[in-house]
Amino acid sequence: MEQKYEPVIGLEVHAQLKTKTKIFCGCSTVFGQEQNTSVCPVCLGLPGTLPVLNEKVVELGVKTGLAFNCHIAGQFKFDRKNYFYPDLPKAYQISQFDKPLCYEGSIEIHVNGEDRKIEIVRAHLEEDAGKLLHDEQNRMSDSCVDYNRTGTPLLEIVSGPDLRSAEEAHAYLSCVKSILKYLEVSDCNMQEGSLRCDANISVRLVGQDKLGVKTEIKNMNSFKAVEKAINYEIKRQIELIENGEKVVQETRLWNADEGKTRSMRSKEEAHDYRYFPEPDLPYMRLDGAFIERLKATLPELPHARFQRFVRDFKLSEYDASVLTAEKDIAEYFETCVSIFSDAKTVSNWVMGDLMKALNEGNKSLSDNLVTPGRLAELLGLVKDQTISLRSAKVVFGEIFLTGKSAKSIVDEKGLVQISDTSALEKIVDDVIKKNPKSVADFKGGQTKAISFLMGQAMKMSQGKANPKLVNEMIKNKLS
Amino acid sequence: MPLSKKDIEYTSTLAHVQLSEKEKTLYLGQLESILKYIEKLNELDTTNVLPMDHVLDLENVFRKDEIKPSVNRDQVLNQAPKQQDGFFLVPPVIE
Ligand SMILES: [Zn+2]
Repeated sequence: MEQKYEPVIGLEVHAQLKTKTKIFCGCSTVFGQEQNTSVCPVCLGLPGTLPVLNEKVVELGVKTGLAFNCHIAGQFKFDRKNYFYPDLPKAYQISQFDKPLCYEGSIEIHVNGEDRKIEIVRAHLEEDAGKLLHDEQNRMSDSCVDYNRTGTPLLEIVSGPDLRSAEEAHAYLSCVKSILKYLEVSDCNMQEGSLRCDANISVRLVGQDKLGVKTEIKNMNSFKAVEKAINYEIKRQIELIENGEKVVQETRLWNADEGKTRSMRSKEEAHDYRYFPEPDLPYMRLDGAFIERLKATLPELPHARFQRFVRDFKLSEYDASVLTAEKDIAEYFETCVSIFSDAKTVSNWVMGDLMKALNEGNKSLSDNLVTPGRLAELLGLVKDQTISLRSAKVVFGEIFLTGKSAKSIVDEKGLVQISDTSALEKIVDDVIKKNPKSVADFKGGQTKAISFLMGQAMKMSQGKANPKLVNEMIKNKLS
Repeated sequence: MPLSKKDIEYTSTLAHVQLSEKEKTLYLGQLESILKYIEKLNELDTTNVLPMDHVLDLENVFRKDEIKPSVNRDQVLNQAPKQQDGFFLVPPVIE
């Protein structure tokens, strides 16, 4: 059934721009302030007030547009989008209609070992609405409104209908998030709402050019929800068509608890936003020099870094994509490799022990005690066989907790690997003497028995024996 | 441009305004005459005139990204018909 139909998906991503103040007034945008304490006559839409554009919003918007390979409008304006809803105090949202800040760009995403180019139709500036809270128990009781979020600057990034599966949508969204974070223009926290995503979905028969009727899915609060909701909706639409029914163009809400999308009846009334130019805000004109100056500040972006990691460090595509998804991880990795040049080993430790420790310790890379320098030092000790790999794991855990240098921990704990053959010989002889059965098994051709003997030797040396030497020694003595 | 009662009904729905049958007829006539008056502009040749979105000749009015004190919450809430625990209260909105 899946092969008969082709899903066509486009995403609208709303990213909150990282400014200190709102888009048109000086109220703070800090998340989690007490309700209705970050409001003023402008963002409350009181009569007689005038909005004034925050220059930082334009700067962040232009930078993002450039990173998405968009054209930047030399001249742009704002428009009013009219609708009634209690979270919108003015009964219109200041947005951009026909002259968005950024338009006609594209990004490269990497899915299933393949590079795909996804069009960016436009990226425009707008103000956020407030927050409504309902009493779910008592559905007849009044709703509460908090206007702190009203007027928070958003950039809406609209993709072309280029995505063909939930997996691609997920990859695209990850890529958008990664770019926004590299640029440091948004915190991209889906739980706090600083990154939101709506999906336009339709299906059509494979090979058909004409697009099917689409639905718009809202209320997806995590990456996982986006993937699940899209898969659900694709299946729902295919089933409708297979049953001879029609897909209705409508807005649907994702319900994570039920795992279903549901028609949002209240907004069924035709969307007639009656856009018109915002008379309270004049035209904005950007000169080429301003745009060039911002272009020069753009960092290396995730996809370019991914390609460089594969090329220069000979990493697998998977490793390179994990290491470049977040800027600080990529930088950590590169710093470490600049000291300890075996990139594959560094990659294994960063993606393995380090990520695991960060997750379990609930720590971020920046406030973690295993600096790139300390990790590089530790890996050096393994490489020159001062300590075994097994000891290295112990030392790593200790650095993570105390921030001490690898050398001092190795000395303190007496973890220096025993590579002295006479000392090892004593241990190996002892093991052979104490385990006649395994010795007999090995001699009888059960080669697996050697791992038991190895384990015993490592145990006896408290993990300090050089495993390679022990292995050779046992083999020699038993052959 | 001839208007119908449907246009009046659609417009009043969008504006959340309820009109009686008598009002609908009254406004239909008034709106029609306003539109007819505006239509006079179509007599002018505007091929070489750029559309004007703004009456002011201003450009690039910006403010710095600096925090200004917000207003006192009680003062704000006291403007509203209903409030509770620092929230504005509105009739129930539930999807
Ligand atoms: Zn404000």
